[in-house]
Amino acid sequence: MRRAAILFLIPALLPIFLFFFIPALAAFVLSFTDFDIYSLGDFRNARFVGVKNYLQLFEDPLFWKAMGNTFYFVLVGGPLSVAVSLSMALLVNSKLTRFKGLFRPVYFAPVVTTLVAVAVVWRYLYHPRFGLLNYGLSFLGIDPVDWLGDPVWAMPAIILLSVWKGFGYNMIIFIAGLQSIPEELYEAARIDGANAWQQFKGVTLPMLVPTALFVGIITMINNFQLFAEPYVMTQGGPVNSTLSIVLLMYQQGFRWWNLGYSAAIAFVLFAIILAGSLIQAGLQKRTGLSSRT
Amino acid sequence: MRSLHAEIVRTLLVPVFFIAFVAAGCGSDRSGAVTVTFWAMGNEGEHVQRLVPGFEERHPGIKVKVQQIPWTAAHEKLLTAFAGNSLPDACQLGNTWVPEFTLLDALENLDRWTDESAVVDPDDYFSGIWETNVIGRSVYGIPWYVDTRLLYYRSDLLAEAGYTAPPRTWEEWHDVSVKLRERSGGEERYAMFLPTNEWVPFVVAGLQGGSTLLRDEGRYGDFSGSEFSSSFKFLMSFYREKLAPVGITRVTSIYQGMAEGYFAMYITGPWNIGEFSRRFPKELQDSWMTAPMPGPDTTYPGISLAGGSSLVLFQHSERKAETWKFIEYLSEPQQQLAFYTITGNLPARLEAWKDTVLAKNRYVRAFYEQLNRVVPTPKIPEWEQITMKIQQYAEAASRETMSVEEALAALDRDVDRILEKRRWMMERADRD
Amino acid sequence: MKKVLLHTVMVVIAILTLLPGFWMISASLMPAGEASAYPPPFVPSEITFEHYDTLLTRLGLARYFMNSLILSVSITVISLFFNSMAGYAFAKYRFAGRDKLFRLLVAEMVIPAQVTTLPLFLMLNKLGLVNTYAGVIVTGMATIYGIFLMRQFTLSIPDSLIEAARMDGASEFKIYWSVILPLCRPILVTLAIFTFVGAWSDFFWPLIVLTDDSMYTLPVALAILAGEHVQDTELMMAGAVMTVLPVMLLFIALQRYYIQGIMLGSVKG
Repeated sequence: MRRAAILFLIPALLPIFLFFFIPALAAFVLSFTDFDIYSLGDFRNARFVGVKNYLQLFEDPLFWKAMGNTFYFVLVGGPLSVAVSLSMALLVNSKLTRFKGLFRPVYFAPVVTTLVAVAVVWRYLYHPRFGLLNYGLSFLGIDPVDWLGDPVWAMPAIILLSVWKGFGYNMIIFIAGLQSIPEELYEAARIDGANAWQQFKGVTLPMLVPTALFVGIITMINNFQLFAEPYVMTQGGPVNSTLSIVLLMYQQGFRWWNLGYSAAIAFVLFAIILAGSLIQAGLQKRTGLSSRT
Repeated sequence: MRSLHAEIVRTLLVPVFFIAFVAAGCGSDRSGAVTVTFWAMGNEGEHVQRLVPGFEERHPGIKVKVQQIPWTAAHEKLLTAFAGNSLPDACQLGNTWVPEFTLLDALENLDRWTDESAVVDPDDYFSGIWETNVIGRSVYGIPWYVDTRLLYYRSDLLAEAGYTAPPRTWEEWHDVSVKLRERSGGEERYAMFLPTNEWVPFVVAGLQGGSTLLRDEGRYGDFSGSEFSSSFKFLMSFYREKLAPVGITRVTSIYQGMAEGYFAMYITGPWNIGEFSRRFPKELQDSWMTAPMPGPDTTYPGISLAGGSSLVLFQHSERKAETWKFIEYLSEPQQQLAFYTITGNLPARLEAWKDTVLAKNRYVRAFYEQLNRVVPTPKIPEWEQITMKIQQYAEAASRETMSVEEALAALDRDVDRILEKRRWMMERADRD
Repeated sequence: MKKVLLHTVMVVIAILTLLPGFWMISASLMPAGEASAYPPPFVPSEITFEHYDTLLTRLGLARYFMNSLILSVSITVISLFFNSMAGYAFAKYRFAGRDKLFRLLVAEMVIPAQVTTLPLFLMLNKLGLVNTYAGVIVTGMATIYGIFLMRQFTLSIPDSLIEAARMDGASEFKIYWSVILPLCRPILVTLAIFTFVGAWSDFFWPLIVLTDDSMYTLPVALAILAGEHVQDTELMMAGAVMTVLPVMLLFIALQRYYIQGIMLGSVKG
């Protein structure tokens, strides 16, 4: 039995250990060195520098800029995405809705698209002069916006793309959550004379809290790792308004080969994600308790 | 269910065999010919392939495999390939990258090769350009095509503004810009396009103003120095006085923008001769021209940058003799001319410039003049990183999120930080 | 009334959701230069396949397509196999430290994969896996999320089924293969599409590891083309169509399983 378990585990755990865990540890060690382009040619040119990378990072305005952008994306894009997903889940799951089997895959379709391709397409949709988006907005009397070129609008543009691309996934999870709510609860509420809105407030929302937290954590973790959208669409510009932490890490690491510095950025990000997950998990525990009592 | 399992097993085996097959297939060469791998960037990568058959015909024992690398990811790609020991035999390298790869000990010292070469003659190159490939006393790259930046302008619009000849000094340059803007009436039009994602004009202006960009043998940045900052302020005045649009994406196509008269001047390189000829409407073909850079004083032309791409041979190559033959081939005046005809890239060989194809092209003349007055950027590996910082702070200053003084002080601070390792290594070398 | 309003809203959102895709396909069929106009045209003035032709004949996209296919299929099959075994072991075997190990594994999910890229590259380099298909595949052979999903699903399988098979003298592997796997079919299909889509769309790791252009995957090639052909809108749209279409077709064919699988996986989680 034990032997069988080990044999079943090894094929999966060994590659994860070798190609994920070990490199992650190595990156941690690297973050305390000044391994850079000079060291690439000759290892003697690397020094152990203690926490200097981290100290330098906290003094680097670019890092704070990236940090601010990333939090912007997480705090605006995350809730927006969850809200859209939830609304769409409610619509699709509504008893009045026909053709559910048609709407569901349509809303879900963007999830399975390839980001690089989609980013190429959206770059044209956002075109300040020939873009479809500005054309649509012109009917509402809105002047053309230079979506990817204006530091104010570039991040909202990225958020819009990411909500479009991602809401379908969370929507499905919410639908699952909605369907797992026992019908009796609604019946009981109806007997108590609750109207639709009261049912939603009294039954649906509280019962969806665990699902929402689950979705929240997953979305947050993903959003903190924002990278490919700005890489393909804006390269972090204009004026670094879409520079994310991971993009900064990539630039430092692969473009300039400042491996030590880049690794330090990675671990700051790791610490933030960990803290965020713990807070949300804590919430989950608390709400779990309160709903039981 | 059975069939599903059988399918899983079958599909599992396919990739395993495939990997084994691919692994076995790598490295073995069936034809017996020596294959030289050559990386070229972007457009050049696409077009250089057309020169290959001529080479292979002349050298039946050598095959050339050209790989195209995108400019936007070129630096990452080359460094990862260096770290991964998967560099090609030869490569096209922007000449500002030569110092970096020399330092990494990746490039072959070409002194011996050029000494013995009957094709590559150092005296037949623009001296300013050749110089960029010399690190210490040795040469590490052979100029392939040359590049410098100068002024493209709408001659008709400048004439309307009272300038039948292009501006020769900064004063004239500013003056014509003001006149061009006044001409526009209420419309949103500018004199010049000065995008902040291009660092060259800022560096060129600095060099023209007498700045060395770095001080103490490249130990510290010298951007807050009076020479650079006065030049920088001069360029910033174009944004402040609405002579140039702030932000880069208002202009999505520079060709369209210039054809529409959205702006009338733009500092750019030789590749745009072809693009302007192709993309400008026919009726405007006589309305644009190139001119050397205006200078801060009466010395004309003003300084510009010694740019372009060099051909480098990688040290680890096991086919150096064959690869060198290919480099020699690309350096022949006829091939340089052929390449010019395909791509519009200006030849590095002076011999090639004597040909009528080049002499006849009126847009090229300004480049010839300018190329005789070019200087290299600082030859340190960190230069690329520094240029990114220059763009970053030029953009901030152009948008007035920072004052000029703040931006340049911050630029110096960032540059000094980038150079810290260099200082340490120089000190260590001094001690030893 | 309510019903009409509801459906109108849903249809409008559906149209908005599909619009980028529709425009992508439409623009890919336009003659060069037509898409850059105001107002933006929705349908081609005349349909042309020249951009697809250019991509396939002049720019060699077929080769990248094959590379993408080989890599995605390999990763999907291998990781499905490994993840399901591990998920099963975590769900149904008792051994010392099992829960600790599992928790440790799940905790690792918060480590952004990007953290590992640099050392991983140097490591694969030492192993001689840079610029090989294997270099891409090894990093996708097993995923923590996959193991997690498989475990959650496998937990719901009654122990009695396993016990019964064991009584019949079935080997441990046989139980996994003939009892567990068939029951896991919905989640396997989900995970398969999920993995396939992920592998197909993956961009940065292939970009870094595959240095030779004959090895490039479709997204890598597309990103490179997009950098060199910014002005050629219609050509880029054709490239985007070719990149998106295969996964989209797969999804349409299997969407029922896929969506069900996500629902199953998330509720149990």
